[in-house]
Amino acid sequence: MTALLLEARGLVQQYDTSRGLFGRATSVRAVDGVDLQVNRGEILGIVGESGSGKSTLGRMLLGLERPHDGQVLWQGQPLPAPYSAAWRSLRAQMQLIFQDPLAALDRRMTIADQIGEPFIIHGLAKGAEAMAKVAGLMARVGLRPDQAGRYPHELSGGQRQRVVIARALASSPRFIVCDEPVSALDVSIQAQVVNLLRDLQEQSDLTMVFISHDLKVVRNICDRVAVMYLGRIVEEGPSDVIFSDPRHPYTQALVSSIPKAGTGLSHRVILQGEPPNPAARPTGCAFHPRCGAADRACALEVPVLELNRGRLTACLKLRATGAQAA
Amino acid sequence: MSFISIQGLTVAFDGTQVLHGIDLEIGRGEALGLVGESGCGKSVTWLAALGLLPGKARVGGSVKIDGEELIGASRTQVERVRGKRIAMIFQDPSSSLNPVHRVGRQIMESLTLHRGLKGQAAKAEAIRLMDLVGIPSAATRIDLYPHEFSGGQCQRVMIAMALAGEPDLLIADEPTTALDATIQAQILDLLSQIRAETGMAMVLISHDLGAVSAVCDRAAVMYAGRIVEMNDTAALFSAPRHPYTRGLFDAIPEIDGDRGRLKPIHGTVPDPRALPQGCAFAPRCGSADTRCHTRSPEPQAGREGGLLACFHPVAWAVPLMTSPQGIPA
Repeated sequence: MTALLLEARGLVQQYDTSRGLFGRATSVRAVDGVDLQVNRGEILGIVGESGSGKSTLGRMLLGLERPHDGQVLWQGQPLPAPYSAAWRSLRAQMQLIFQDPLAALDRRMTIADQIGEPFIIHGLAKGAEAMAKVAGLMARVGLRPDQAGRYPHELSGGQRQRVVIARALASSPRFIVCDEPVSALDVSIQAQVVNLLRDLQEQSDLTMVFISHDLKVVRNICDRVAVMYLGRIVEEGPSDVIFSDPRHPYTQALVSSIPKAGTGLSHRVILQGEPPNPAARPTGCAFHPRCGAADRACALEVPVLELNRGRLTACLKLRATGAQAA
Repeated sequence: MSFISIQGLTVAFDGTQVLHGIDLEIGRGEALGLVGESGCGKSVTWLAALGLLPGKARVGGSVKIDGEELIGASRTQVERVRGKRIAMIFQDPSSSLNPVHRVGRQIMESLTLHRGLKGQAAKAEAIRLMDLVGIPSAATRIDLYPHEFSGGQCQRVMIAMALAGEPDLLIADEPTTALDATIQAQILDLLSQIRAETGMAMVLISHDLGAVSAVCDRAAVMYAGRIVEMNDTAALFSAPRHPYTRGLFDAIPEIDGDRGRLKPIHGTVPDPRALPQGCAFAPRCGSADTRCHTRSPEPQAGREGGLLACFHPVAWAVPLMTSPQGIPA
């Protein structure tokens, strides 16, 4: 068994919203009871549609948000409270890479200054030593030395994402959450950045959580994948098998919705309806209104994530067939 | 005769040429895909054709719709075509809709403008259109505001507005890029269904090669303001000839097969202010030689049909789909 680095137990995140000026306060459960283990040196993918709670989960794993319920354990110890001194020192080991590099970078600082900032914040290096380390990081992510004095707007999208990655690596983190890191990039550039992330992971034995809605990229880079639907994990498994043999009806629809070159629209499972609103969660299995296999029981009972025929799935139908087979 | 005929279309912004002579023919009812990285001129081609570029843009060449010239035509002439005969939908539906007007009113506005429908007739037609694009309980939701719809439904509303003028050609500029995977599939399905029912032609501008292959008859690949390859989707996707087209395909991760390293296209799209000499793709191309760096290849009819602008095309016997990703050296 591989060593556990990070563990989430029963994570729940809830936001309070009010409808209109005098409206009644309602609460939205963005993440609704997630158990997750991240092993050392693995890349875990989290996929799902917008509003499924992927990013919120990622932020809770880093301790950027305090969970409403449940806890995150880092090497067996609960994460310290956000913004406390203990949390700040731990943050050097845990980094986040965002989707939009232009928003994540300061427009008025040169990229060398931005990459070097973590050295100052965490008191790791200064002066000439910091400069040398910045140059080393830039080389590692494939930026040219002459680009050090450039500002973010002078770089292309792919280069900016390299800057964000270099900055995340500055404090030699052990764990990185990548939230849609390549979604804003063209496919040719996307491949460059995905390869870079893979190389960095292998070189420094990084552990990563890779959040994306792009299943093809997730399949390529991740060892294991968790599929989320409306704040819950509905299926989890190694990426080699989860896309070739999806079990949960939602995963099946997701996999089938990927357009494949050279095939028409005919083979695709086209889901009816919209991704549901977390503020109006259906009863029972949250997926049942869009599910072709759902029956009355699905509207009543919330399925839990459990091992059904060798795969972690949360579906009453899969459990029923598993029991019959046994 | 083809319905739309674009010949030698050029566009320059502040003296920087971004389109270098686009030739394109679209037949009635045909679906053409336009692919390429961002900044290759896919959208500018159609914005220029419809006179939607800002005043500082210098547009040259010819765009004819049923023989009628659009470039240099008077504003009233262009406006008779725009929205009525050629409609366009964009990537981000929520920023294309007016947030302070009810969606029904926005659809009815197009109906009044293009078909002279007013009052109850316009309302009934707007409800029919919303029904057609698959918005449930259209009769009641016609009075809702854009923020009360999800992203996928906003895109459906945009499609309904585009269909209001009963256009002969729909230009869909990245219509599914901002949407979730399962909703992308719905919108692509809807577009091909509408095309089958109405017989309108369609141009799908997309960087998603899978989407283009799923709904288009023919596809053109653009690079740095030029069409570098064009062919039937079946031929183009089974055996791409231009190294750029091939590179685009190779960069896409596979959903089955092995999970080796991806094959990116090295470098980036050139800055239009500093285009390389010769073939614009040469600096990123594996098979470029001195000729590629000095002369720009002209598009020529290929042996197996289609157009190709390359001195050293990929051998067409190489089947694309069966090649593994990380070909051992």
